[in-house]
Amino acid sequence: MATLRTESGFERPDDFYELLIQAHQGLTEVQSAALNARLVLLLANHIGDLGVVREALDRAREGV
Amino acid sequence: MDYVYPIYEYRPSADQRAAKPVRHKVVVIGAGPVGLTAAIDLARKGIPIVLLDEDNTVSVGSRAICHAKRTLEIWDRLGCVAPMMEKGITWQTGKVFFRDRQVYAFDLLPEGGHRFPAFINLQQYYVEQYLVESTQALPQIDLRWKNRVVGVASGPDGVRLDVETPDGRYAIEADWVIAADGARSPTRKMLGLDFKGKVFEDRFLIADVKMKADFPTERWFWFDPPFHPGQSALLHRQADDVWRIDLQLGWTADPEEEKKPERVVPRLKAMLGEDAKFELEWVSVYTFQCRRLERFRHGRIIFAGDAAHQVSPFGARGGNSGVQDADNLCWKLALVIRGLAPESLLDSYDVERQQAADENILHSTRSTDFITPKGAASRLFRDAVLSLAADHPFARRLVNSGRLSVATVYTDSPLNTPDRDSFAGPMVPGAAASDAPVRRDGKDGWLLGSLDNGFAGLYFANDRIAPATATALVALDQMPVPIRTTIVAPQPIAAPAGLNVIVDTERLAARRYDAADGTFYLMRPDQHVCARWRRFDPAAVEAALARAIGRPVQ
Repeated sequence: MATLRTESGFERPDDFYELLIQAHQGLTEVQSAALNARLVLLLANHIGDLGVVREALDRAREGV
Repeated sequence: MDYVYPIYEYRPSADQRAAKPVRHKVVVIGAGPVGLTAAIDLARKGIPIVLLDEDNTVSVGSRAICHAKRTLEIWDRLGCVAPMMEKGITWQTGKVFFRDRQVYAFDLLPEGGHRFPAFINLQQYYVEQYLVESTQALPQIDLRWKNRVVGVASGPDGVRLDVETPDGRYAIEADWVIAADGARSPTRKMLGLDFKGKVFEDRFLIADVKMKADFPTERWFWFDPPFHPGQSALLHRQADDVWRIDLQLGWTADPEEEKKPERVVPRLKAMLGEDAKFELEWVSVYTFQCRRLERFRHGRIIFAGDAAHQVSPFGARGGNSGVQDADNLCWKLALVIRGLAPESLLDSYDVERQQAADENILHSTRSTDFITPKGAASRLFRDAVLSLAADHPFARRLVNSGRLSVATVYTDSPLNTPDRDSFAGPMVPGAAASDAPVRRDGKDGWLLGSLDNGFAGLYFANDRIAPATATALVALDQMPVPIRTTIVAPQPIAAPAGLNVIVDTERLAARRYDAADGTFYLMRPDQHVCARWRRFDPAAVEAALARAIGRPVQ
């Protein structure tokens, strides 16, 4: 069974980060939250592995 | 001891009494790190230079303090680096803190076998003072203090400059002008050139304090620290027990108020402790910008350093890229002046250094966006990255407190000859040559120190080389633009007449260049790779040289 990968996955992480921040440009806070929710759903479906998604959810929740 | 600013004497020049403007080959405007480096580089290539500076001393305030490995290699090539290494503070480790905990540490030069460290920190006034001292041994440099350029008229074959001095105005002419007169470049303004880009709506307090402290010699960066909530902070050591402190203030801060000691001292005590003993050496409040000229070459006037491009300070990409501009420009200009290369070679300066400026602006813009997030979503992600960073390696790669200056690889340069053979590793055409420890004539030395100021060949040989090959290698040194080849061997071998041999004692040169017996690298005078082959082929080397000096052969 796959486990959550926490090593860097992008060859150029800064490119990814810039893309992410740009996607939010010009949005209100409510719109940004909606974008984030849609993004999580799309990426979770792409992963398609409940074990990995559960682990990611646990780790994300630990820190808030 | 406190730094004593040298005063350089204004001396009237004979040009000021000439009946008509005297013509010079090259005039460099601005005796900062970039103008001085350019003047020294050209002088060492035998080109006479007039260097004009509006002031009569060095940089006021420490300003650019982080000097990168590549910059140190350039100053070493120019014979100026020794006093900087002696006075400067060597560092390579950075630590990043979020609120009250360290989230990660990075090492900028994790491997050994390089002559120079990732960085030294040294106040800009020392750098300029040492460079000025280097010019004094070079009779080709006519350095004129208190000479302010107030008029520029550019023609197809040269430039006329009006210069103001304590004795009034005079005019001179130049075949070529290098404008290295800083971010506010009067030359740029007089020519009415656009300087386009992005201004960041934030203010930073920069304070140099003198104190005896036992912080390690590392770059420490805080996001949202308890002593300065909601903002960022940076602590960095310089020479003479001076420490650089940067504190983000936000856009609404009043720059004049924030410079007052009664405002600065409590902020520093919050950071350093109520009982910390320190003196303020220099305080400034700044905003920053990322912008550049559309073109750096305007006919006979060529812009370099901050006059051509400006970046935010995170990443130490301002001063370092300016010195690298000079390094890129001077060999090309010297060949053009000697009639050994067409004027169009100078357009490659534009191509290569615009690429570098764009890279520096991109990194510095991203760092600034991460350090000073604008908007709720940016801050949310920034803080999420920082909160994940301590326990998740992927998040550490996203933390951006400044991507520190490294040499630009001129990947798409028209001067490169594309590889025809297969190579691994980073020494691609366009890359700055990697250093390695070597022995030469029984003495320890460095690979980069074995290359001189011209084009250079590196021939990797496992054993004695064939006489015909040696003859062909020596012949390369007899061309109008000579290529001086050094043999790199794993053990001492007999040097053929006219060739030097260096011993690759730790086999690091062969590894870093992915070289085997017979591999040949052609290096430009600025120590960037321009071509390489698995087998030495004199005709291919000559064609690559022609391409690298702007005379491509079909």
